[in-house]
Amino acid sequence: MVVTALAIVRVSDLFAAVMLSGIYGLLSASFFVALDAVDVAFTEAAVGAGIFPLLMMLVLGVTGRYEKTKLVPIKADVVKKLALVLALLVTGALLVFGTLDMPIFGAADAPAQQHVNIRYIQQSPTEIGIPNMVTSVLASYRGYDTFGEVLVIFTAAMGVLALFSSQLFSQVTASKNKAKNEMHEHNVLRIVSKMLIPFILLFAFYVQFHGEYGPGGGFQAGVIFAAGIILYTMLYGLDKARQVIKPTVLRVLCALGVFIYGTTGVVSMLAGGNFLDYSVLANDPVIGQHLGILVIELGVGITIAAGMILIFFAFSQQAETQLGEQ
Amino acid sequence: MLDHLPILQVIVPLLAAPACLLLNNARLAWLFACLAGLISLVISVALLVQVQQSGVISYMLGSWEAPWGIEYRIDLLSAYVLLIISSLGTIVLLAANTGIRQEIAADKQSLFYVLYLLCMAGLLGIVATGDIFNVFVFLEISSLATYALVAFGRDRRALLAAYQYLIVGTIGATFLLIGIGLLYSMTGTLNIEDMANRLPVDTNSGTVYTAFIFMIVGIGLKLALFPLHLWLPNTYTYAPSIVTAFLAATATKVAIYLLIRVQFSIFGADFGGELIQPIFIVLGLLGVFVASTVAIKQSNIKRLFAYSSVAQIGYMIIGIGIGTSLSLQGTLLHLFNHALMKGALFLALAAVVYRIGSTDRTCFNGLAKHMPWTMAAIVIAGLSLIGVPLTVGFISKWYLVLASIDSGMWPVALLIVLGSLLAVYYVWALVESAYFGKADASATSSAPIKEAPLGLLIPLWLLVIANVYFGIDTRLPLEASASAASFLMGGGQ
Repeated sequence: MVVTALAIVRVSDLFAAVMLSGIYGLLSASFFVALDAVDVAFTEAAVGAGIFPLLMMLVLGVTGRYEKTKLVPIKADVVKKLALVLALLVTGALLVFGTLDMPIFGAADAPAQQHVNIRYIQQSPTEIGIPNMVTSVLASYRGYDTFGEVLVIFTAAMGVLALFSSQLFSQVTASKNKAKNEMHEHNVLRIVSKMLIPFILLFAFYVQFHGEYGPGGGFQAGVIFAAGIILYTMLYGLDKARQVIKPTVLRVLCALGVFIYGTTGVVSMLAGGNFLDYSVLANDPVIGQHLGILVIELGVGITIAAGMILIFFAFSQQAETQLGEQ
Repeated sequence: MLDHLPILQVIVPLLAAPACLLLNNARLAWLFACLAGLISLVISVALLVQVQQSGVISYMLGSWEAPWGIEYRIDLLSAYVLLIISSLGTIVLLAANTGIRQEIAADKQSLFYVLYLLCMAGLLGIVATGDIFNVFVFLEISSLATYALVAFGRDRRALLAAYQYLIVGTIGATFLLIGIGLLYSMTGTLNIEDMANRLPVDTNSGTVYTAFIFMIVGIGLKLALFPLHLWLPNTYTYAPSIVTAFLAATATKVAIYLLIRVQFSIFGADFGGELIQPIFIVLGLLGVFVASTVAIKQSNIKRLFAYSSVAQIGYMIIGIGIGTSLSLQGTLLHLFNHALMKGALFLALAAVVYRIGSTDRTCFNGLAKHMPWTMAAIVIAGLSLIGVPLTVGFISKWYLVLASIDSGMWPVALLIVLGSLLAVYYVWALVESAYFGKADASATSSAPIKEAPLGLLIPLWLLVIANVYFGIDTRLPLEASASAASFLMGGGQ
């Protein structure tokens, strides 16, 4: 990982940098597996090694492949450089200093293992009744944080929409842009992807509904689903993809996922519990927990998938408009 | 329903945001957003009353008791800050319909309200929660929304400013997250109160000190603590004026709140005291003087008041640095008062931008003749900024001066008064040109400039009147801040 990180900084070919950061994502995913954090690893693999390089490549399509080092000479004076180096050194030294007498990772007597964790591990099977404890914590004990995370994605999608032109939603300009996309010529890729995409989407659904039992859940499923659609868009062009899923529909879906999550909370409030208290959703608290988790994971999946695809559409719209202008 | 007030405070604007997206009509979205804002304002008033009567309110999300679940914990301090955010956020929102008409493209206006509500809900969430990781999550929501709001600015430099802010803000958030992670490794909990109880403060643990430093620096970036303020002037200058008014009145206040929370509620008032307190006082004073001096030289009035914000943040930091109950009360008062005066000033600038399209100093020459109400608002809010008696600005500076004399820090008290003189200088220069300056010939030849529309004037004057009202009838902020300050000094219990 260190070597990859250094290489990313050194390399001036941005395409290589993006690929390297994809590798970095995959490496850190394996790192998380080695630490027995499979859910985190799954997310990192889907985001760090999946969506992130895709989006960055799209950006490169707009900006060009190489750093423009010659056009923008770096003129930072010595004082500034020294200050920067000093700040970095201090930060690094502090981090090392801070970890020196930190409890040893995985030690049984570390505070992190001694407090809230015990209940999560010992009681969640009876209180919530699902085998994957990570999902229990994520979706129920700390379900409100997850609600917040979904809103982070929602906010990000809204921010991207705010930045780019609203052409995406108007149907008139859709097929006017006959920008030449090199990918259109790649027949092998198109056929192979045609076979793969249904399985990618199916796998997304598996991850979505299997999150209670194994690693996975709404976040990963949403990202995988979005990756399938994005692959299709890259190979067949934005126009075709827009016929499959209309951007206006995506926008509604993106809000809908948030609503599903939020409404679950409000309904449990109306049923006499606190916000996001799934136990009151059914007569048996454990069944209520099941139901609640299933519904909110669905909300998560919808918002994430719709948000990611929207962000991608907005970028590729921008790319096509720029190509059209040239 | 009364039991659910803490969560409703946050989820009303939070769920109103996607609803605004579905409405997809700027005017409807505005009305709906205003409704959500007013509801959350009513809730925050009710919460403050409830806390004053019956003490700390604790609300368990998902009915999981803390520390296993996430707790919403409203004490006097958070109720007070919630009131500031929801009232200022709503008043600025009332002006938004008119305010953004000239500055944001018509097809993006409904998105503006979506992001505005998200930002407001994020800020409210940071204050209402009693869980440190939840703070981080809502910080992300509000920050992302802020970057997008800033980027709405007409000037292309707004994009660059938003990008700068994004980089700095992300570094700040990462630092905060590192601090939270280190604290979790030491305590095994994320609940603020539980964390405070379990934190081994006395053991001289390097991890705890590192966590402290990372969190303070991270928050310092967010609140534009001198010398970490460099992102702020650009952001405030190029963002749409309504956004500037909103950010100046709420966002930095939440960062100050967070600083107080981390210092006093997690680590305790005494932690790192002998080291951090002088640093705060020196940085605060430097902020006041350097930023005020730079402000004087600015030709863009929006940038001038942005630098003045950095200076005002300096005053609040001094209050935290002195570290007595009285000085903390001064900081809390200034939190409220600065929100009032900067909200009013930036709304007035929004009115100027609406009519003239620029806030360059030369545009203000003789402007008082054409826009008497707007200019009168600037004068009153400016007096408040200086700290003239009978305005709110006087009260908070008075308390800060009292507190520094009380702690035997005469030089600090003197410097606070001297700093105000700098404010006199830059406010007077502006007032002079508006009332006694002559408009240049080219401006008079075009159509006469009219007074700003009522849609902007009414919210603006609401804030101006609040500036005077709370300067005379000081009971509400004084009582709330006094009890919040003594509550914090009493070990956060």
